[in-house]
Amino acid sequence: MIRRALLAALVFAGAFVALAFLALPLIAIFARVPPGRLAAQLSNPLVTNALVVSLKTSVIAQALILVFGTPAAYVLASRRFLGRAFLVTLVELPLVVPPAVAGIGLLAAFGRFGLLHTSVPFTQTAVVLAVAFVASPLYVRQAIVAFEAVDPNLVAASRTLGAGPVKTFFRVVLPLARGGLAAGEALAFARGLGEFGATIMFAGSLPKVTQTLPLAVYAAFDVDFDVALAIGALLVLVSLALLLTLKWLTSSSTSRFRFALSTSS
Amino acid sequence: MAHLLLDFTLPLRAFDLELSLSVERTVALVGPSGAGKTSVLRVAAGLAEPSRGGVTFGDEVWTGLPPERRRVGFVFQDYALFPHLSVRANVAYAGPVGDLLDRFHIAELADARPGELSGGERQRVALARALARGPDVLLLDEPLAALDAHTKSQVRGELSELLRGLGLPTLLVTHDYEDAAALADEVGVLVDGRLRQLASPAELVARPADAFVASFTGANLLRGTAHPSGELTEVRLDGGERVFSTDPGKGAVGVVVYPWEVSIARAHEDDSALNVLRGEIGSIVEIGNRVRVRIGPVTAEVTSSSAARLGLASGGVAYATFKATGTRLVPL
Repeated sequence: MIRRALLAALVFAGAFVALAFLALPLIAIFARVPPGRLAAQLSNPLVTNALVVSLKTSVIAQALILVFGTPAAYVLASRRFLGRAFLVTLVELPLVVPPAVAGIGLLAAFGRFGLLHTSVPFTQTAVVLAVAFVASPLYVRQAIVAFEAVDPNLVAASRTLGAGPVKTFFRVVLPLARGGLAAGEALAFARGLGEFGATIMFAGSLPKVTQTLPLAVYAAFDVDFDVALAIGALLVLVSLALLLTLKWLTSSSTSRFRFALSTSS
Repeated sequence: MAHLLLDFTLPLRAFDLELSLSVERTVALVGPSGAGKTSVLRVAAGLAEPSRGGVTFGDEVWTGLPPERRRVGFVFQDYALFPHLSVRANVAYAGPVGDLLDRFHIAELADARPGELSGGERQRVALARALARGPDVLLLDEPLAALDAHTKSQVRGELSELLRGLGLPTLLVTHDYEDAAALADEVGVLVDGRLRQLASPAELVARPADAFVASFTGANLLRGTAHPSGELTEVRLDGGERVFSTDPGKGAVGVVVYPWEVSIARAHEDDSALNVLRGEIGSIVEIGNRVRVRIGPVTAEVTSSSAARLGLASGGVAYATFKATGTRLVPL
């Protein structure tokens, strides 16, 4: 009896420590920055410049991910060909490669002395490429799953009803995969917004040009801890909004997708 | 009216599907699952490309054309309705809706999603959608398989009327011989990718080509060894009994007797024109006003009233009797 009570106490204590550890840093940010000061910091040029750079590069990078990643995912999901498994692994590789390695790789590819001899490094384009590189696997992987989940009979039915491959894609496949695609894109957006390592190596941290919000946190950290906290708070709020959107998308009835996120709240 | 002509070879995983078939009115392909029935429809619709031969409609060659350029109305086994579209949008996807919603009694369901419909309603939507395209050929994959027994008989009647009214060349596949016989003018028995026999339902029953066709059309099949005996053929069954047939035969044969040709007696009647098998009464199943009774190795189908008169009870002993003229022999 006592042993069982002790065991239960240990389990609860363990759970409490884990949850407290995960929540504490986030709570601390808001504990140190009252809402009034947070609002005031939003007019700090360091913050506004970084916000503009972050939003601009994120939007462009995500647009690129959608435009190029969607057809890539569809081909990988709907065709069976030699080397397909290899390509899928290639798409997933940036997920496990450390961001610093991604940055070095991008420099080696696009640098002045790199494979392609471009002048991209340390420009805003470099930020876009870094974000696209690290974030796209999250979208493409999810999009492959979403496309594979579309019943091939529905695609066949569409064709026998007189629709060509293009009409079939836009009227049947895309609407049915929409929930999964949006969820993958939400993940990719969140990952891209927090991008740090590859960006600082490949694009540097130039205010107004390549200094995104995470880089601004790092830059402000030496100078004014409160500003760093304010930017941190801003990023937490944006990330929370994305996470809630993701949960809503994955729990909506039209979607059959499950993530490593608990939706049973 | 133009014919749909299929003549092709399609390699499948376990065997090659090889078929030559002309569809003018309604043809049903029946066979066990895995016989390649659905693949025939997929080739006709352009969803699978055969390795040899192909499909023509009238004087148009359809071989090599993508599905959207063949005017087929394909009703899928699970109906394949678009779950994200309303009933009306599903039908409109293929072409002008016109009076199709009224004709198929789905006008009140126009704004419903397929997920909210019953099996019978889904089938009507699938048919309406297939017809919205104005097809020249109808392809139906197990059109009744997704329905429960109660809905099925009603839907079968409606579908039979519809097919007659449309007058389109129709190819349907089913695993149920009764559905095939009820819906089609010609029934083809497909086994392991080959057409065993193609004939009218009456002809299939009267002259089954082989043991599989016979048992598939619902006959009793008894194995035995035949040798001529005067005008008749005598068959010694594997169980030891002797039966006679007017069909010629020699060596290993299958004895084919349809349940409605078997009578039941409680006492042995000595009549040389009759085959008599003694056996224990197994299952007794009522189907409408008829009763199917299992006696030893044979199933008999008799009217409910005669079954009641005989006072049949499972576990008792009865005699199954059938005429030598109603006993067919097929090679094994």
